[in-house]
Amino acid sequence: MSIKLDEPLTRVEAQDNVPVVAPLKVDEVAAPKRKAGALRSPAFWLTCVPLTMVLGWALFPALFSGFDPISGVPAQKFQAPGAEHWFGTDHLGRDVFARVVHGTSQTLLTAGLAVSIGLVVGTGLGLLAATAGRAADTVTMRLIDVLLAVPGFLVSLIIVTAFAPGPISLGIGVGIASIASFARVVRSEVLRVRSLDYVEAAFMNGGTYWSVVSKHILPNSCGPVLALLAVDLGVAILAISGLGFLGFGSPPPTPEWGLLIAEGRQYLASAWWLTTLPGVVIVAVVILLAGLGRQLHKIFRF
Amino acid sequence: MAAYIARRIGQALLVIWLAYTLVFLAVQLLPNDPVTIFLSADAAADPATIAAMKAQYGYDQPLIVQYFSQLVGLFTGDFGYSLASGQPVGERIGAVVGSTLVLASSAFVTAVVFAVVLVASATLARKPWLKRVVLNLPPLFAAVPVFWLGLVLLQVLSIKLGIMSLFPDGSFASIAVPVLVLAIHVSAPIAQVLLKSVDNVHAQPFIDVLRAKGASPSWIFFRHTLKNAAAPAMTISGITVGTLLAGSVITETVFARSGLGQVVLQSVTAQDVALVQGLVLLTATAFVVVNLVVDLLYPLLDPRILKSGTHGAPRALVA
Repeated sequence: MSIKLDEPLTRVEAQDNVPVVAPLKVDEVAAPKRKAGALRSPAFWLTCVPLTMVLGWALFPALFSGFDPISGVPAQKFQAPGAEHWFGTDHLGRDVFARVVHGTSQTLLTAGLAVSIGLVVGTGLGLLAATAGRAADTVTMRLIDVLLAVPGFLVSLIIVTAFAPGPISLGIGVGIASIASFARVVRSEVLRVRSLDYVEAAFMNGGTYWSVVSKHILPNSCGPVLALLAVDLGVAILAISGLGFLGFGSPPPTPEWGLLIAEGRQYLASAWWLTTLPGVVIVAVVILLAGLGRQLHKIFRF
Repeated sequence: MAAYIARRIGQALLVIWLAYTLVFLAVQLLPNDPVTIFLSADAAADPATIAAMKAQYGYDQPLIVQYFSQLVGLFTGDFGYSLASGQPVGERIGAVVGSTLVLASSAFVTAVVFAVVLVASATLARKPWLKRVVLNLPPLFAAVPVFWLGLVLLQVLSIKLGIMSLFPDGSFASIAVPVLVLAIHVSAPIAQVLLKSVDNVHAQPFIDVLRAKGASPSWIFFRHTLKNAAAPAMTISGITVGTLLAGSVITETVFARSGLGQVVLQSVTAQDVALVQGLVLLTATAFVVVNLVVDLLYPLLDPRILKSGTHGAPRALVA
């Protein structure tokens, strides 16, 4: 039995062998109409436009802030947020907004590495489970149970302990932790698609395993995977900033979102903006990504 | 029933064994053995010291011997030795785990209560705006980093208002605030799944029958919906064990509490792979045991689960 959550928000939600007491609500009315409607809805643009801006921070940070993120002006230290320094300045007189903007690429690259690992390995495992026969399915699903049983946080810690702290260790660790959710979603989607008539028709027309999988099955099961991708990027950003806060990510003075908050912790009593404002940015980005995931899910719900 | 219990226990043991094997293999795949990694920060470590330490902790044995002796240890409660202190991992963790367990379990109970209250108020709210507000709380809670929420609360409550101390002093606030921070984080997935599941139950005909017979919305919710909607929420609650642990480590760091968080930070900083390996195995075991309990509770909620048996695994995809 499977439960399909059409509003995935956290990684643990995306699972498919939850015993369900209630039968699933079938809600499949006018899919094409809804698709166009979602693209035209203001909610879709309200999530996409700010996210594009955050992507802009990562790609061209200098366009968004004229201040240097590494070397500050000591005379201007601990200035409260204002017209000149939107997020105030830190103990070295560095502009906090500039450090957040310049830190975006570091955080997004690490999260991107994590999500790519989850996507690639998870898709492979999910596809294997759904198409390679009963034995493969049983083995793969047990493997995924194990991945779920070891908290992602600890997977990251093993990698960081063995290969010195740093963004790459962190990305790999968080990525391994996200494999299970991708594998579950891909498996359940592939199982849905493979039973459809056109897959049989493709085989009747002489299609081979790989041609049918790559031309028909994977493209038609990508919707929920894309939605999970957006949500999981947010989850990865949270995990990475948490581990960065503990000091397992990039070393100072690199601006990274979690590290920024950790550095501000020493000045909690005198400069509230050092911790509060970078955190608001993290919360906003994660909410926007979750919102994007919901929108994508609506668009692709056939 | 007996077959169901036996199958679940068998699966749990299998997952623990697989987790152990994977972690063992992962440690073997590292470029160096745990002793060399541990001593790598120490410039004076000569080959003789490394060899002596390896012999002391059994890392000079053939791999197959290491594998089985550690596996036997696992089932007898021996999780290996910390390289940094030489103490058994079990002892090291046992000394501090109490305070973490108190934090995690109170946060878990608070989170479940919180999730039920949220879902009840979203379902029973008469005003549409109130419903909208409540429905948007879980996504917000899911997006707030634990460490940030902790720091902001510290800032407001202890620096601005002065009603709690910066360090744990045994006062009510210094216990309640960390629990609240962790509970908010953990309640988000539980509330989201419960909301979804309540929606599914409300779409069923028996709810219409109850309504037609004149049952009030709150009677339907607390007497009928909640019981029928509980299973998916229980599953997600079992899975939050990992989140609880990670959240506890971070919460303890923010609020300067003693507990597992300190051990985790020390073992990572000292590159003590053996201690981290023990921590992982212990957590995986805890996770599996909690989820086994959840599995064994299902039939009490819904006896149909006993009949459904194994789900059919898909056959291979061929032309």
